[in-house]
Amino acid sequence: MAFLHAVSTGKSATKSVLKSRSLTPYLLLAPGLIWLVTFFIIPIFSLGSTSTMVRPDGAQIGVYVQELRFANYVDAFIANQDQYIRSFVYAGLATILALLIAYPLAYAIAFKAGKYRNILLVLVIAPFFTSFLLRTIAWTQILADSGPVVSAIKVLPFVDELFRINNTSTAVVIGLAYNFLPFMTLPLYASLERIDPRTLEAAGDLYANGLTTFRKVTLPLSMPGLVAGTLLTFIPAAGDYVNAAILGNPGTKMIGNVIESRFFAVVDYPTAAALSFTLMATILILVTVYIRRSGTDELV
Amino acid sequence: MTTINAPMPSLSHRASRWFSRNLIRIYAALAFIYLFIPVAYTFVFSFNDAGKSNLVWQGFTLENWQNPCGAPQVCEAVVNSLQIGVISTVLATILGTMIAFALGRYKFKGRKSTNLLIFLPMATPEVVLGASLLAMFLNLRVNPGFWTIVISHVMFCISFVVVTVKARIASLDPRLEQAAMDLYANERETFRYVTLPLVMPGIAGAALLAFSLSFDDFIITNFNSGVVSTFPKFVYVSAARGIPAQANVIGSAMFFIALIIVIVGQVVSRKRKKI
Amino acid sequence: MANNKVSQDTGDLKLDRVSKHYGDFCAVDDLSLIVPDGSFFALLGPSGCGKTTTLRMIAGLEEPSAGTISIGDTDITTQKSYRRNVNTVFQNYALFPHLTIFENIAFGLRRRGVKDVKSEVESALNLVEMAHLAERKPNQLSGGQQQRIAVARAIVNRPEVLLLDEPLGALDLKLRRQMQIELKRIQTEVGITFIHVTHDQEEAMTMADTIAVMNQGKIEQMGSATDLYEAPKTAFVANFLGQCNLIKGKITSRAGDKATVTAKGLTFEVPLSRVATSNDSVFLGVRPEKLRLDDTGVNSIKNCVVTDRSFVGTSTQYLVRAPWDLELVVFEQNDEGLHDLRVGDTVSLEWDPEHTFALDGAGDINAGADLDDEE
Repeated sequence: MAFLHAVSTGKSATKSVLKSRSLTPYLLLAPGLIWLVTFFIIPIFSLGSTSTMVRPDGAQIGVYVQELRFANYVDAFIANQDQYIRSFVYAGLATILALLIAYPLAYAIAFKAGKYRNILLVLVIAPFFTSFLLRTIAWTQILADSGPVVSAIKVLPFVDELFRINNTSTAVVIGLAYNFLPFMTLPLYASLERIDPRTLEAAGDLYANGLTTFRKVTLPLSMPGLVAGTLLTFIPAAGDYVNAAILGNPGTKMIGNVIESRFFAVVDYPTAAALSFTLMATILILVTVYIRRSGTDELV
Repeated sequence: MTTINAPMPSLSHRASRWFSRNLIRIYAALAFIYLFIPVAYTFVFSFNDAGKSNLVWQGFTLENWQNPCGAPQVCEAVVNSLQIGVISTVLATILGTMIAFALGRYKFKGRKSTNLLIFLPMATPEVVLGASLLAMFLNLRVNPGFWTIVISHVMFCISFVVVTVKARIASLDPRLEQAAMDLYANERETFRYVTLPLVMPGIAGAALLAFSLSFDDFIITNFNSGVVSTFPKFVYVSAARGIPAQANVIGSAMFFIALIIVIVGQVVSRKRKKI
Repeated sequence: MANNKVSQDTGDLKLDRVSKHYGDFCAVDDLSLIVPDGSFFALLGPSGCGKTTTLRMIAGLEEPSAGTISIGDTDITTQKSYRRNVNTVFQNYALFPHLTIFENIAFGLRRRGVKDVKSEVESALNLVEMAHLAERKPNQLSGGQQQRIAVARAIVNRPEVLLLDEPLGALDLKLRRQMQIELKRIQTEVGITFIHVTHDQEEAMTMADTIAVMNQGKIEQMGSATDLYEAPKTAFVANFLGQCNLIKGKITSRAGDKATVTAKGLTFEVPLSRVATSNDSVFLGVRPEKLRLDDTGVNSIKNCVVTDRSFVGTSTQYLVRAPWDLELVVFEQNDEGLHDLRVGDTVSLEWDPEHTFALDGAGDINAGADLDDEE
């Protein structure tokens, strides 16, 4: 055992040119890390500090003083718990929808595309090159009440005359899933592509049917991509407000919409900050738990 | 009876076999249609002779393409976006590549916290990134504008550059650098003649990614732009009263330009491999 | 870049008490070695034996934890790899994928600021018979071609020592045989010291003048291929080079120029010069092709049973069980005297005392067996 371990450390030492005891790595890191600390870490603390501020009586709009009022968090949460919970429900549904669309897509590109692989990969990313706002707005037209999709569905016998998609929660979830689909597809593809097709044949050879092969071989081997993809979809979806603003109605507002309007329309910085902070904390907790449970710690 | 009916089940059987064997391809085709419907819609409506409100098809015209700056403020916003995109890309690519080399080529204390610091911005929703940066600017009494947008874009692009370039460095065979050293190249020459040329495709990819992230960003920009307009901001603001068809022209043009860059890049890299 | 001063010493390569530790693990343990100028030297051993680490220390890609390395009179222990007049043919070749074959070979010349790059590269290409491929990129070449280019890229610099790290590992058997002859030809032609690291005993035996067998960071035995094969000094060497039958026994007398060994009530003779230990507990060894299916010799075992036979073309290999718990391997040439035995037949074995050797019986009787197939 000790020998094996030693051999493997010996090997890893020969693997790359790693030099220690030198200033070079720190000089390389410094500019970028200083940027990140100054414009990411410090702002997060700044946000934390704003979140406990209070507007003094009679003060001008937008003027707040620090009073360490942690009750801001309670107030903000109680006032906006619907939007808060809705954000995670929508993000979760959109992630599942994106996964259902992206997995077979990634699988088809990885195993069935042959020489067209690279072209299809470019096509997965290509929609990104058109502004995502333009595409989201295009959905409002495509899903419009008098548009082709709704008209087609209304032809079905059991569909209500008042049926609509636009300005509903369905539209928001569809929009979210659409927006982050490439983020789901690419990591899935990356881990599926690494699977040797012969392992799938071997599973078949060892009496596994198609479904069993998928459950016992393909799915476990694609787990890292699945975890990365769901995170890359869920995180931005939970904080998004553009889809809810464009495709939804006042009843589908997400926490992002509230933060945005608290900042700009209401100029209530402490509430906006408290909500942002809670959102980030919740996501970080969910992500940590998710990564731990799925056993893919090496992701971080 | 049997002789007449015999071919029937075999035909339908073959059809269903074809269907089940190609199910995944059909599914993938549908997924691509889903992906491209809005792009196609945007492209088609860039030819709409619609005037200000580009909602209903009014007839075909090339005028929007001939005069993309025809609508007020479109081009001003696009120029801002391009400038911000280029500056942010250059800065983020340089800073991110340096970090990627430090992580990929050196052993040092603080590697874990560095990795965490790179990962965190990607795990934070844009609305929080935007709001926190604005909170700081407000606390410091800084007026948001062009440069605060650049600052914010560099911030969120760095992590993506680091991840992309680091992956390329990690896939590099360390023996190539050792071979260069063995062949009388000192550290600097090894970097210049071997490491850098081999990592270059990764850096180029990272720069392309950074530019498209910056050009397309709305949420963080919206928080930190003050009165400065960018293309996504222009689209969002004008969405309420109808987006001019020129926006569709610019969106479609960006799509084709990017597509051409990617395809040319692929062809060049394949040619390079062959010849 | 003429600023890279490359040492120009000639002479023997000397490793003096060199060790390399990775944490608690000792990869190379107090190794001393002299490789004469102009020789073809092989470091042979199973994976993890320390041979590659030794090579990398000579190349300057690792620094020894202790000891010194020198060429002639110059100590190069801490010299940077790009200042050493030593070049390496890497495992899997490590050709630069972004450069043409010509530029790959020219790389070292350009770094040293050599003036006439073109003619030097061309003569190197001619040496490996690859002149027509100068403008190709490495990934357009077959494994064998890449191998030759890797050799040319190193040799064009006329190093004092050329290091070859498992150079033929990625090639198929036929090509490997061909390249073995080729490498030997090149070495004779250029007269550079070659140090060849391999786990393949056949490769080492065909090419090298001198072989050092390494195990667990130490050299077990050093000598010509014939020495190592005919007179191994340890069970590890006996088992690692080819196949070997070892019988546990005890020396009962040392008289004149021979020793007598008893095992399971039988007595065997072995020349004293072939006894590699002062210990009385020994492993008595004999190679499979030295065994005869007969019962007239001095050293013989009667009442054995054939348990397996396989035909391998030039010979037939038998597995024969002695009357006690011991299986012996016997190779019989496929010529007139062939016995053509079947499984279950009873036979006797005999062999000459001068083909017998006695090793220290303290260690593991199976040391070094079944190791040579690994990477």
